[in-house]
Amino acid sequence: MDFLNAVVAITNLLIIPATTYGAQLALGALGVTLIYSILRFSNFAHGDTMAFGTVVTIGITTLFQSWGISLGPLPTALLALPFAVAITAVLLVGTDFAIYRFYRKKRAVPIIFVMASLGVMFVMNGLIRFMAGVKDQTFDDGTRFIIKARDFKNWSGLDEALALRTTQVLTLVVAIAIVAWLFWFLNKTRTGKSMRAFSDNEDLALLSGINPNRVVMVTWVIVAMLATTAGVLYGLDKAYSPYTYFQLLLPTFAAAIVGGLGNPLGAIVGGFVVSFSEVMVTYVWKKVAIYLLPEALEPNGLLQLMSTEYKFAVSFAILVVVLLFKPTGLFKGQSV
Amino acid sequence: MKKLLLATAATALVAGAASADEVKLGVILGFTGPIESLTPDMAAGAEMAMAEVSASGNLLGGMTVTPIRKDSTCVDAAAATAAAEELIAEGVAGIFGADCSGVTGAILQNVAVPNGMVMVSPSATSPGLSTVEDNGLFFRTAPSDARQGVVMAELLKEQGVGSVALTYINSDYGKGLADSFQAAYEGMGGTVTISAAHDVGKGDYSAEVAALSSAGGERLVVAGYVDQGGGDIVRASIDAGAFDLFHFPDGMIGDALPATFGADIDGSYGQAPGSDNPGYQTFVSLAEGFNGEGTYASESYDAAALILLAMQAAGSTDPNVYKEYVESVANAPGEPIMPGELGKALEILAAGGDVDLIGATGVELVNGGEAAGSYRVVTFEGGEMVTAEYR
Repeated sequence: MDFLNAVVAITNLLIIPATTYGAQLALGALGVTLIYSILRFSNFAHGDTMAFGTVVTIGITTLFQSWGISLGPLPTALLALPFAVAITAVLLVGTDFAIYRFYRKKRAVPIIFVMASLGVMFVMNGLIRFMAGVKDQTFDDGTRFIIKARDFKNWSGLDEALALRTTQVLTLVVAIAIVAWLFWFLNKTRTGKSMRAFSDNEDLALLSGINPNRVVMVTWVIVAMLATTAGVLYGLDKAYSPYTYFQLLLPTFAAAIVGGLGNPLGAIVGGFVVSFSEVMVTYVWKKVAIYLLPEALEPNGLLQLMSTEYKFAVSFAILVVVLLFKPTGLFKGQSV
Repeated sequence: MKKLLLATAATALVAGAASADEVKLGVILGFTGPIESLTPDMAAGAEMAMAEVSASGNLLGGMTVTPIRKDSTCVDAAAATAAAEELIAEGVAGIFGADCSGVTGAILQNVAVPNGMVMVSPSATSPGLSTVEDNGLFFRTAPSDARQGVVMAELLKEQGVGSVALTYINSDYGKGLADSFQAAYEGMGGTVTISAAHDVGKGDYSAEVAALSSAGGERLVVAGYVDQGGGDIVRASIDAGAFDLFHFPDGMIGDALPATFGADIDGSYGQAPGSDNPGYQTFVSLAEGFNGEGTYASESYDAAALILLAMQAAGSTDPNVYKEYVESVANAPGEPIMPGELGKALEILAAGGDVDLIGATGVELVNGGEAAGSYRVVTFEGGEMVTAEYR
């Protein structure tokens, strides 16, 4: 019984939340990594792209709700998602057309692109606030829980609760589906292959007749899909607020770099490394220890490795260590 | 080009002429950043007092008051300092703000004190601001958290709560409040199982919730902001079944709390600065185009009113002159002044009389310029926030 309690406590407070957050980060990091490998710059506007996609989704969701359309137990936002992806894609392609294309023609160095994306970030920052204001918004309808904490306690008779939200399962399912599709697309389709060729060697790709404008456009459309999906899943699971989405940029980049910038597989692993390290290092193991250890050995302290203030230090420490020993990240990406 | 230059020069002249009978007040609040959802009501509250004074035509022989808004960002001391310096450059006669304790301290020390500018904050509550060297230039219409910590500890002890988990926002406000609460509560024999900091606006709070839940406690005290972090932690705690009952200090008290959590937080308690003085209801009913019950909206009205009444009492808009009069217009003796009566107060002062601003919060300044502090204790029943008592 004690063993089960310990397992449930760890699952409920550590494994489930960290997995969900990791999946959300992974989707964000995939977008960052894709832009880095194909367009060759770090896109600082990525957090705000996620926010833009989410704002549009919220708008369409509200419209659908007013028409009485819903998905039953699933959130209506899922239905709005494809439309929001399309609108976000238009914005991103438009941004590229208006700004990045100019620098590409001049063959500007990557740092110029990064600075331009910083400007785009600030503009989008204002744009989303104009569109949806500054307040928190929740747009999760449908059934909130698959397993409720109290129901689980009654059912199992354990002291520890276990809760599982619909959005947590949804996040994982959607993330897996999108990642599977992305890998199939990059490895099996003609467009995907030309994107990889463009990423490996731009000049050779151009010589072999690949249309660069098409590659760039497809990249932005895929990035729009990844960013909007990541933003919406995150917003469904927690809440939408412009400030938080802006702040998501940091862990997203940490995930992409730890995994190896430019490597899609690395971005996914990086997302989980960041989320799990944040939760595990600051976890209070006292309760688990009490369940598992004999009474004589029960701890008096909290058994916490590091206080929660330092959770960001943890992911950055991992970042530094990885970059010291493997400058290209855990998986072979480009060095930064 | 010549025409343009001439036009600009003419505009400057007109602007210069207009400024002779107008007084500019800086309104520096975090219009972006972690409390961006609270600040619109706060600014509106302050600007309501300014509009009232302008409309009365009684300020120093008919001067009008022009608010100039700047963004304090709440968290970025460098940005807030730069914004405050812009205010000085634009020739303000006083600064209303700032909001969060950290940036307020930064503006006070880097801008207000060197430039001899009066600052009245409606919401900076860190105990550290009581002892800072301010040359008598700094006032606040919100009480210090040294007091709130004690009030909160007393409340919990009276309800028979023997142990709590505590999480606070990693800022001057959160740290100051958490320390004063922990000291008071432990002094009364209570146990704080864990004191865990959280940062604003981060993507994920699973780590904090996991740590808090594992440490345990009868209630979770969330000394944070409802918009950022604090609200997320409450949501995650409820979802994971980690805590059922909470205690919320002022940063968490807002319409967003019952609106977001509904009946999930029934039975929880909280407190925020507030009083049962009749001025509060008057202020709420006078509030037009904004929510007068918004957190710190009433303190904001009083803060702006204090600056303007002090100017009238001093007969000058020079901060170094009127700073001496802020306490006297706030405190007894004098004719009590309710919200909406600022015009009358200006008349009394012009005639050489004395006023005692009751305002929206019943403001009384003690300890060198901070509000004495009465608190509104709230509880949650059936998904509604209701006032339990005042203390």
